[in-house]
Order: sequence, then structure tokens, then C-alpha cells
Amino acid sequence: MSTSTPVLARTAGRTQRSAHLAQQAKRERRAAWLFLLPDSLGLLVFVGLPMVLAIALGFFRVDGFGNIDFIGGANYVRMVGDPQFWSSVRITLIYLVTLVPLLFAVGLALALLVQQKFPFVGAVRSALFVPYAISLVVVAMVWQFMLGDRVGIVNQVLSWFGVEGTSFLGQPSLALATLVFVTLWFQMGYYMVIFLAGLQDIPGEYYEAARIDGAGAWQRFRAITFPLLRPTSFFVLITSTVAVITGGLDLVFIMTKGGPAGATSLLIYYIYEQAFLFGELGYAAAIGSTLIAVLLIWSGLMFLVTKGGRFDDGR
Amino acid sequence: MRGERRWTRRNVALLVVGVILGLGTIFPLVWMVVGAFKTAAEVNSSSLIPSEITFDNFRYVFTQVPFLRYMLNSLFVAGLVTVLALWFHSMAAYALARLRFPGRETVFLLIFSTLLVSLPVILIPTFVVIRTLGLVDSYAGLVIPAIFNAFGIFLLRQFYISLPGELEEAALVDGAGYWRIYRSIILPLSRPIMAALAVFFFLANWNSFVWPLTITSNPDLRVVQVGIATFQQQYVSDWNYVLAAATVAALPTLLMFFFFQKQIVESIKTAGFK
Repeated sequence: MSTSTPVLARTAGRTQRSAHLAQQAKRERRAAWLFLLPDSLGLLVFVGLPMVLAIALGFFRVDGFGNIDFIGGANYVRMVGDPQFWSSVRITLIYLVTLVPLLFAVGLALALLVQQKFPFVGAVRSALFVPYAISLVVVAMVWQFMLGDRVGIVNQVLSWFGVEGTSFLGQPSLALATLVFVTLWFQMGYYMVIFLAGLQDIPGEYYEAARIDGAGAWQRFRAITFPLLRPTSFFVLITSTVAVITGGLDLVFIMTKGGPAGATSLLIYYIYEQAFLFGELGYAAAIGSTLIAVLLIWSGLMFLVTKGGRFDDGR
Repeated sequence: MRGERRWTRRNVALLVVGVILGLGTIFPLVWMVVGAFKTAAEVNSSSLIPSEITFDNFRYVFTQVPFLRYMLNSLFVAGLVTVLALWFHSMAAYALARLRFPGRETVFLLIFSTLLVSLPVILIPTFVVIRTLGLVDSYAGLVIPAIFNAFGIFLLRQFYISLPGELEEAALVDGAGYWRIYRSIILPLSRPIMAALAVFFFLANWNSFVWPLTITSNPDLRVVQVGIATFQQQYVSDWNYVLAAATVAALPTLLMFFFFQKQIVESIKTAGFK
């Protein structure tokens, strides 16, 4: 059959086929762009444009009457010389370096606990996870109520044990710690679930083999669980860092308004305060775009290190 | 599974630890609900069971402020955002995962790079964009910016990449267009992850506070989170009323949690997958 096919017809068939393939590729290309249209347009206008705008806005002074003046780098100069800005950076860093390890350790510990099989483990799991379903507004209000000076239940319980009542949200040294605690309470269930998913990926045979070899619980954790949990740990560290830097606004807004004496003025709250309470949109945008730059560098690094969003650290 | 029932010494010890931690964790919520049923005189007492159970606080909340309206606003906004976000994200994710076109990696990289830029960070410029578009104090202003985030696209793309390729090849040979493949093959297959994301998006948007606070001043557009925050500022020391309002605001999410716990957990787990 093939030997009798004229050469001409064969080449025609090939060009026809490649023409068909080109047509197909064009169709596919067009379809792809159409499918991408709504989201890319939306992301462009409501994420991309604001990111660019944040940088541009940083070079202007905007007042409450809608007047807008180009002032060059003055906002950035002001930022560098603004002690309140640096105080907010410092507070955000403290919040970050206390919360991220806490969320990691508590999330992992809870996951290890509820991974075990014991009676009513399902109910315990739900109880540990439920705060995550509540809005931060409600969370903030409930804790404000519980931590109230003198009359709040926390102080009442402390008094039963002879501990002097205190003002958790009224003292600069305690207010930030309280914020860390409430965030931990609210978020730990989320990280517990993520760690639990990671733990369930580890084949049970590894543990059985280790047990036969006589490895104790701590040895099994060090030799099997922790190394094999690397992708998950990596994911938790990266995402909790960002969540902690950009979160907390609702809590601060309801519970402390940045006080007392600026002790809980997280960077994200300071930006909000400058923009919407003092009307300093330009100055707030300058700080905001600095933060965006930091986050973009972070997300770029994360993309490189994780080879395109794979959290198994490239191995 | 069988191990769960056994009352060995080890299991009892684990149970005790679990119960203590679990009760400690839910205590604030129990305390909130209990407080909502206490009288003003008793709300600050340390008794777990009120000596007199009252519904007046709830009656007060619903008659003093249009709480029902707030809740309907939240329902409408969160529902619409969820539906539109799922629709658009699944379309984009399908293109990024299953279709070949020049620039695909670049587009994905661009989308990925916005993954960490959440709304609070770009609050001010987004506000300026919405104001320029004339959408301040409108449902559109509440809904539209909340739709677009890379998180959903990213998760759905990961899911679509894992689907076997033979499915669409057969359909393509049969002459089906890409829209039909998306609708009759990809969408039905992604039902579980879509359900999980739907619950997750709805919860996140029902609970959102800062954006609605920033973008609306018209009381008719107030969503439930802004509603209770405003209520609290007015009745700052009347904790019995404030707790009743907080309980009402938390109830829908708590119910969703109990009914859709599996979906929420599923969506979080997927988020952690590589």
C-alpha cells in the first residue's frame, strides 16, 4: 500500500496535516486567552494596577479635600525619619518572630496529638479547629470581654489562684503578648490541619520498620516524621510569615486601636491609620509600597526556592 | 479505626490531654454564648450557668439595629463573590493547566507573584481605583475586588494538572470545542475541590471586615461584621448586648463549620499540597 502511494499525495497529506495542526494550535491559543480573560483583567485592574498605583501614589501628597501634589521622594524621606514608622516595623517584627515559631510548634504538636487514635479524637480535632471559623471581629470582641480589667473572667480566674488582676490590653508590655496569644488561638487549628495532611502522607510502614528496629517515639519523630515533613514545614513557614505580616488588622482595630502608647501598632495598622484616619493617602501608600516590595521579593524568592510553587524544596 | 475505641491506659491519657486542650480552646466561644443569655447584672459574673436565662439581649439587638439587613447583605455579597470567583478561577486554571499557548509560563508567573499580595496590603490603592470607578458605597465595590486573588487559580491549576490527559483527547477527536470540554469534562471532575473552595471562599467573605468598612458608609450596605463592630462601639460597656450580637454574627459560620467541616479541611489540605 505505502509503496504504491504517489510521492505527491504523501507530501500533500503532510502539509494538509500540518495546516490542520497549525489551525488547531491557533484555536487552542485563542481559547486559552478567552478563558484567561476575566481573571487576568480583574487581577490587572484590582491587584496589578493598585500595586503600581501604590508606588505612584507614594510620590504625592493627598489631602482630605481631594487636592493632590507631586512631592517627589518626600514621603519616603519622611518614612525613614518617622520614629512611629520604625516603631511599627519593630512591633511587626516582634509579632512575626514570636508568632511564626509558635504557630509552627503548636500546629505540629496538635497535629501529632490528633493524628493518634483514641476515643473521641474526632471531637477533639473539631474543638481545636473551630476558632478558625469565627470572624476576627467576633474573636477580638470575645477576648476583649474575657480579658477585661478586674471583671473579665481571665482576671477572676487568676484571682482564685491569688494572682493579682491586671490590665492585659491596657499595659504596653502585655498588650502585644495578648495579641500574639489571641492570634495563636485563632490560627493554630489551620496549621494543625496542614500538618495533619503532611503527616498522613508519610507511609505507615516506615514507622512499623522503625518500631521493629526498637526506635523510641522521639527517635521515630526525629528520623522519620520531621525529615519527611519537610515540604509541609516549608509551606507553613512561608505562608505563615506572609499571613502574620499582612494580618492582624481586624484584631488591632477592635481590641487596641494600636494602643496603649502605640504598643500594638502593627505596620499594617499604621498604614491604615495614616490613610483612613489621618487622610494621608500618599504617605500611607509610600509605606504600603515598601511593604509590597518586601512581599514581592519574598514571593519571588519563594518561587525560585520552591521551583514554581512546589514545596518539596526541589528534591 | 478499631484502635479508637480501645480504653487502654495510653488512649485514656491521650483523651485526657485532648479534652483539656479542646475544652480550653472552645471555652471563649462557650463563654460568649453563655454571656449572651445573661442579664446585664450578671454578665460579668464567673458563673457558667446563668441564674436567669434571658432572651432580651437578642430581642434588643434585632430591634435596635437592622441586624437582619446586615446579614442579608453579607449573604448576598459573600454568595456572589463565591460564585463568580469559582467560575472565573476555574476558567483561568483550565487554560493554565490544560491548554498550550505561548506565554503560558509567563502568565502563570505573573499570577503567582500576586499570590502574597492580599487585599490588606493594597487597601489604599484599591480604594483609590474603586473610588475612581465610582463604586464607593455600592454592592459592586463590595463584591468585585474580593473576587480576584491568585489563591483559587493556583489551587485549581494544581488539581487540573493532575487529571489524566486522555479525557480531553477523546473529546477533541470527537470535535468538541474547548468550552465544551471545560463544561462537560473539567467542571464535573472538579466538583469536590470546587465544593471545598466554595465553603472556604464563602466563610472568608462572610468574615471580611476591613474592606467593607473602608468602602461603605451607607448603613443600608453594612455587612454583618461592620454591623457588630459599629454596635460594639455604641454599646461598649453593655457586654450582654454585645455578646448577643457577636453570637448572632458567629452562628452562621459555626453552623457552616459543623456541616461542612470536611470541605473546609479538604480545601486547607489542598492548599498545603505541593
